[in-house]
Amino acid sequence: MKRPSLPKLPLRLRTYFAAHQSQGVLAAVVTIGVALPLLSRVPPFGDLQSLNAWTNAFTIAAIYAVMAIGLNVVIGMAGLLDLGYAAFFALGGYTYAILASSFLGIHLPFWPVLIFGIIIGAIFGVLLGAPTLRLRGDYLAIVTLGFGEIVPLTLLNAEAFTNGTRGIGGIDKPQLKPLVEFTLTNPWPFYLLVLGMLTLVVILVLRLEDSKIGRAWEAIREDELAAESSGINTVISKLQAFAVGAAIASFIGVFNAAKLTVVSPGQFGFVVSVSTLSAVVLGGMGNVVGVGAGAFVIYLIQNIFLKQLNILVSQLSIPVLMDIDFLKFQYILYGIALVVMMLRRPQGIFPARRRIRTFKDAEVPK
Amino acid sequence: MAATTPVRQVRTERQRSVFVLPLVITAFLAVMLAWMGLGQFLNAITLGAVYALIALGYTMVYGIIELINFAHGDVFMVSTFVTMFVTSTILGQKDAIYGLPQLLLSLIIVFVLTVGIMAVIGAAIERVAYRPLRRAPKLAPLITAIGVSFILQNIIQFFVGPYTYNVPQIFPRDWVIMIGETRLLLLNVFVVAVAITLIVALQLFTSRTRIGKAMRTTAMDRDASSLMGVNIDRTIMITFLIGSGLAGAAGMVHGLYYGNTNFQIGFQSGLKAFTAAVMGGIGNTAGAALGGFIIAFVEVGAVVLGFSRWGGAVVFALLVIFLVFRPTGLLGSHTGDRA
Repeated sequence: MKRPSLPKLPLRLRTYFAAHQSQGVLAAVVTIGVALPLLSRVPPFGDLQSLNAWTNAFTIAAIYAVMAIGLNVVIGMAGLLDLGYAAFFALGGYTYAILASSFLGIHLPFWPVLIFGIIIGAIFGVLLGAPTLRLRGDYLAIVTLGFGEIVPLTLLNAEAFTNGTRGIGGIDKPQLKPLVEFTLTNPWPFYLLVLGMLTLVVILVLRLEDSKIGRAWEAIREDELAAESSGINTVISKLQAFAVGAAIASFIGVFNAAKLTVVSPGQFGFVVSVSTLSAVVLGGMGNVVGVGAGAFVIYLIQNIFLKQLNILVSQLSIPVLMDIDFLKFQYILYGIALVVMMLRRPQGIFPARRRIRTFKDAEVPK
Repeated sequence: MAATTPVRQVRTERQRSVFVLPLVITAFLAVMLAWMGLGQFLNAITLGAVYALIALGYTMVYGIIELINFAHGDVFMVSTFVTMFVTSTILGQKDAIYGLPQLLLSLIIVFVLTVGIMAVIGAAIERVAYRPLRRAPKLAPLITAIGVSFILQNIIQFFVGPYTYNVPQIFPRDWVIMIGETRLLLLNVFVVAVAITLIVALQLFTSRTRIGKAMRTTAMDRDASSLMGVNIDRTIMITFLIGSGLAGAAGMVHGLYYGNTNFQIGFQSGLKAFTAAVMGGIGNTAGAALGGFIIAFVEVGAVVLGFSRWGGAVVFALLVIFLVFRPTGLLGSHTGDRA
């Protein structure tokens, strides 16, 4: 099968970017980052909402894309099923919320907390992974599922630190005074910042993929026993995947909290984990760019397309359709996407470059 | 001489377990009764019956195809709604039924319909989402399972909304037996009796019938049993029929006893019942039943100690502890090859 190929660049550029992958990523993100706001001004899209609203939507879609890329490290690269990924996202968010809001009266600046968030995420990833990664893969799935359930529960109940159901509001915005000012009304600084973070994560993950660590993940995913007998310490290697995935979620969680200026347990439910998982499965497990694109598309479908469909239908006042809230369909769509993709196209819409036997080959001997 | 020694060892081992287990269970129950009082004790036993019935479905499916059926908790959730639908819409009952013949007839109708509908739904899920992936790598059916779980939850939410519904409690809650000062609801007795009957029936079914034997051999070695003439697809389908049917029974019992439901109960109950299955030794039906009761005691114990909000966290911690230190569970599992 032919891979859907990217637009053909001149040969010289292609060879250049093949040798300088990171610069290629940077160039791609800059191109997309400029193109999206421009595209959103084109008639069919421009009429839907204002430029600022579009920029906001792109920012959140990028958060989602980073999440999917992080989860892809765990699922797509190392072949471990993590069903509680939102918990790490929550950890980052709450870390920043507690350390930079008037709730406890601590006001640490954004940038060091961002680094701290990465560390916290990685630590919790290791803490959760260490006892469970020795187990068979499906037990890991249920443990992460439980963890994903326990973290919001803890956030709900540990009121002294998290303010319970109400969550923590009034979180500080990032400070970068001489250059830009982050305000609630201006989405552009957040947009630029998230693009920067996205670039960083994509470069990191692509570099990891080609490193010794990434190849070890791949070997484990394809055949754990063979990997182990080839001298890979599978437990350490899986822990690394888990920690990297958790750190990425926590990293973007910090940004998410700073962007929304409020965190509450309800934001980090099972739905977040499943929608991220759907993005990974749809995009194509193991393909960093595909997964990011999958997340982007899913987010835009659920938040723009379904919303507009609602408005359109109510404007047309078609009797039966008017009563249907199309936004309610999105969760069912996630479930259907997971099942249908696994049955029909387990490699995803954008398959990974190196063939992943784990997802595709239907005749793997047991 | 040398040849007889192992045989005797096996026998003493078995004798010990036969005598020790009931003794331990009785002692445990006595301690719990003394500690939490009859009211909470009955709560725990009844909750345990529900968990045990759900856990059986997890353990049977895991035993036979080594899949954590994430959708199973939601199958239970759906069954509570089916029970509600059958009692209030088909039978038109809103309140307790006091006439004994009418009550029995209604209970039987609700039971048969709920269990039947759930069995069919469970088998259909297997047919659509799991069977095509039987030879696929492990990750694939796990992902479809989580997808099915999500679909079930949201279909229910889509149709009935995120509200908590009242399930008609047709079994009278004021039929009580007085033991000294404390009131013992007949409903408690009924619920536990139903659960234990079903558990025993399942044990007999798997150990005595041809289909039961087919299920056990398929769990042990699918290819070998296929060569021996076992119809694998049919056997696995029957496993799902029974497992989901038991979840249906759990849903009915839950409705009768707690009298309410919403679209989210499947997730938590499923996680707890899975913990019960792991605790008892996954793949081991008697163990799953035992685990269900233990989990219920842990949860109610947390309530008694005043940690009711942390019950879920305690159960989850137990899951991790068991997976790490004793992955084969209390009674041992027959699929613990590389747990």
